[in-house]
Amino acid sequence: MSDPGHLGLQPDDPALVEHARTWRSAYVHIPFCRRRCPYCDFAIVDESQREVSQTERYVDAVVAEIGLVEQSMVLDAVNFGGGTPTRVSVAGLARIVESLSDRFGLADEAEISLEGNPEDLDEDVLASLVGAGFNRLSLGVQSLDDDVLERLGRVHTASDAEAVVVAAREAGFRSVSVDLIFGHPSESDESWRRTVERTLAMEPDHVSTYALTVEAGTALAREIATGAPEPDDDVQASRYELFCDAASDAGIVRYEVSNHAAHGHHCRYNLGTWANADYLGFGMAAHDHVDGERSRNVQRLDHYLDLVAQGVRPRAATESLSSHDEERDGLMLGLRLAAGVPLEGLAAVFAASPIGVALLDAGVLSVDGGQLRADPMRSDLAIREALSVSDPDC
Amino acid sequence: MDQSRIRNFSIIAHIDHGKSTLADRLLERTGAISERDMRAQLLDEMDLERERGITIKANAVRIDYAAQSGAVFELNLIDTPGHVDFSYEVSRSLEACEGALLLVDASQGVEAQTLANAYLAIESGLEIIPVVNKIDLPAAEPERVASELANILGGSPDEVIAVSAKSGIGIDELLEAIVDRLPPPDGDPDAPLRGLVFDSYYDTYRGVVSLVRVVDGRLAEGDAIRFMATSEDLEADEIGVRRPMIEPTGSLRAGEAGYLITGVKDIDLIRVGDTVTHVDRPASEPLAGYEEPKPMVFSGLFPTDGDDFERLREALDKLRLNDSSLVFEAETSRALGFGFRCGFLGLLHMEIVRERLEREYDLDLVATAPSVEYVARRTDGTEMIVHSPQDLPDAAELASIEEPYVKVMIITPSEYIGTVMELVQAKRGEMGDMTYLSPERVELHYTVPLSEIVFDFFDQLKSRTRGYASLDYEPLDYRASDLVRVDILLNSQPVDAFSTIVHKEKAYTYGRAMVKRLRELIPRQMFDVPVQAAVGSRIISRETIKARRKDVTAKCYGGDITRKRKLLERQKEGKKRMKMVGSVEVPQEAFVAALTIGDE
Repeated sequence: MSDPGHLGLQPDDPALVEHARTWRSAYVHIPFCRRRCPYCDFAIVDESQREVSQTERYVDAVVAEIGLVEQSMVLDAVNFGGGTPTRVSVAGLARIVESLSDRFGLADEAEISLEGNPEDLDEDVLASLVGAGFNRLSLGVQSLDDDVLERLGRVHTASDAEAVVVAAREAGFRSVSVDLIFGHPSESDESWRRTVERTLAMEPDHVSTYALTVEAGTALAREIATGAPEPDDDVQASRYELFCDAASDAGIVRYEVSNHAAHGHHCRYNLGTWANADYLGFGMAAHDHVDGERSRNVQRLDHYLDLVAQGVRPRAATESLSSHDEERDGLMLGLRLAAGVPLEGLAAVFAASPIGVALLDAGVLSVDGGQLRADPMRSDLAIREALSVSDPDC
Repeated sequence: MDQSRIRNFSIIAHIDHGKSTLADRLLERTGAISERDMRAQLLDEMDLERERGITIKANAVRIDYAAQSGAVFELNLIDTPGHVDFSYEVSRSLEACEGALLLVDASQGVEAQTLANAYLAIESGLEIIPVVNKIDLPAAEPERVASELANILGGSPDEVIAVSAKSGIGIDELLEAIVDRLPPPDGDPDAPLRGLVFDSYYDTYRGVVSLVRVVDGRLAEGDAIRFMATSEDLEADEIGVRRPMIEPTGSLRAGEAGYLITGVKDIDLIRVGDTVTHVDRPASEPLAGYEEPKPMVFSGLFPTDGDDFERLREALDKLRLNDSSLVFEAETSRALGFGFRCGFLGLLHMEIVRERLEREYDLDLVATAPSVEYVARRTDGTEMIVHSPQDLPDAAELASIEEPYVKVMIITPSEYIGTVMELVQAKRGEMGDMTYLSPERVELHYTVPLSEIVFDFFDQLKSRTRGYASLDYEPLDYRASDLVRVDILLNSQPVDAFSTIVHKEKAYTYGRAMVKRLRELIPRQMFDVPVQAAVGSRIISRETIKARRKDVTAKCYGGDITRKRKLLERQKEGKKRMKMVGSVEVPQEAFVAALTIGDE
């Protein structure tokens, strides 16, 4: 089967990133969840806050919003994130895919991906998702330790998650990603080691690993403020290293700080974002990057629905980027990629600056094969300095 | 006004014992201000004064009071600073009075600073009216506090006036006591002019405004006047009083207090404690007691951003207009760049100056740990004054070092005597005498090196006595001590701003505590950073700040690159508040780490 998405290149190959910059994607935000997880600060509406009919009205609005876009582009990837996309009916998701396809057109073998939770996916749902054109599933497994799952406020068990991975493959998904959260204070080294082992034993096509972050205003932040233990940076760094080593032995290669894939199974939408490619964003609180502008949609559901109903694009803010800004963003994003960025332009200026040299000395940055790379666990440190060195106001 | 109808008095009180509230109430009861114009604590004008509830600058307000006898009196309330750092200012203010109200909180009892000031007032020959305040509070023990006051002053508890400044109880009785019990001034109205300058401040529009108590003669607008200590001849442009609003009166007679404006802009020309007289008929002797204010505590102030050096100089110049006790000279630190070595009257004074520089002049500063003034004798017989530890000569050429000692007075509930003694001993103090003020409260006297006081002594005293003990000190003399300089090395490089002079026996403990504290305060960097303490070339302690292993957040939610970029830029901006010492980012609080190492 031909695959325009990977060109026979490993996911961490600079040539693939170069190509990814030309990909065009659409991101669709589905802001609904059964309930809010204790660590989550995303823009969502939980079941207690919404009316039953709201999800269908929301689908109508997204379809309408798609109709308001002036630009034309053929889409290489479509990604549904959230929230929990599967809180909308499969028919609803299918309508959105169809309208994107009608409005923009989908490339051959385009990646049609969604995030989903084990508790929402049975064989029937999986089959109908494949029927609707979905070929990639990003499964919110989070952990394969039931105690940790409970502490994370998740309602599924480890064996539920494992069963859904098998079922998704059988239903015909081309790529299945296992998404993990590590470093919760209740997770032990041993628990994480078992989660990694069991994850790799499923031979996933893709794994996303997110270090648990304490976001202000979340239930987790309140717990910690009242004395519960905090996630520990050193522990998280060790767990991350343990995963990367084990995954790479299993042929799963890190291509971005949080993303690892088997050959040919990188997420195109994801890689495109980090390669600073253009992408459209639809839905409440969605973001896009098109023709030198970054925009974000309004954060409130009622505002979003009202504006779209008035035939207005539901923008909250738009930022125009000069070519320097674009290059700066390219450097910032590229330093999260395993492929790094070509050592030219701003990247070369940064690497040669005093702080760049200090970062190279300290191993936070490295140069190899003409590419500048950052240590993934310390990439924010590198990026802060890169942004500072390349700040046009300084 | 006939001198027999004048009463000049001040209020001596500890912070929070209600001095400003009492002053407000006196003004209100005598009709000097209407309730409508009343702004809480009218006399404390500086923002910092009101915030901290303390008075830094003195003030004088004239009140007309119609006594129950029908006679009208002129009361001059001379407000004094209430903190140990400003004891010189206090003594000048007291010199301007014949009497003082000794105001004590009925739930707390007398505190060391109050007692020190009361002794000062008694020594200056002032008549004291003891006043117990806040008698309507549930925890008030007016009888106990009254007998404590009687004990101290040697009178009877019946002479103590009980008031509640807040609700106005006892205010009428107090006003009557002021006119009945305090003596009138007794200067010679026909003698050559002698006026005591008891405070001066700088006003942007008027120049230097001085507060003057005329002792002999008469001071009038247009007079050619001479300041006896500075030998400066000037003209009296404007003379008046505050009621509390400014009111020009044209003259001040013997016994009266008010303000004097000469149009002078340089505060050094008119010093607190100086005597003003007439050029054409000068007094033969000045009034007693002018002293140069002497800084006791020294600290380096450096702008976080080196470009702000000139702004810092301008700000210090401006602050000095109002505060002649502030001294400073340019200083260069290898670690901190260009800044100023500043001398302060004490720790509070230091804190206030720093806060005003940051707040009123929008400066971001790094302050180094406070130090005292040492006298170093070299082996060649020469002597040098050391304000900054980094100036101390090498051990090889150093014969001896002398350090300042102070007389310390502590008042504490008697149950804490043991722990207070322990603390003072740990601080190299020598016990003096001990007096029971009452069965429950005791007054302790010690001789202690000032350097031990300026660090965390007061905090420790407070924590050991659950906040009940109070402290006052005054300079005593210089004594030779076995002192060494402890240097701190970051990444194997000595950091001059961290050097401290300590007693030889404490060097190891201090060094160990300091490197431990710095390890906590300095954030992890991109490489391991050794922190070492050294005496001379000998390393006495070492810790390592381990390299930071993780500095990354999870994902960019939904492709919100703008937010991510702004967040990282903000974080970087936050780091700019840190000082780069070599290649190590050091937060501002690390430079005063020595103040927070506590008992190790």
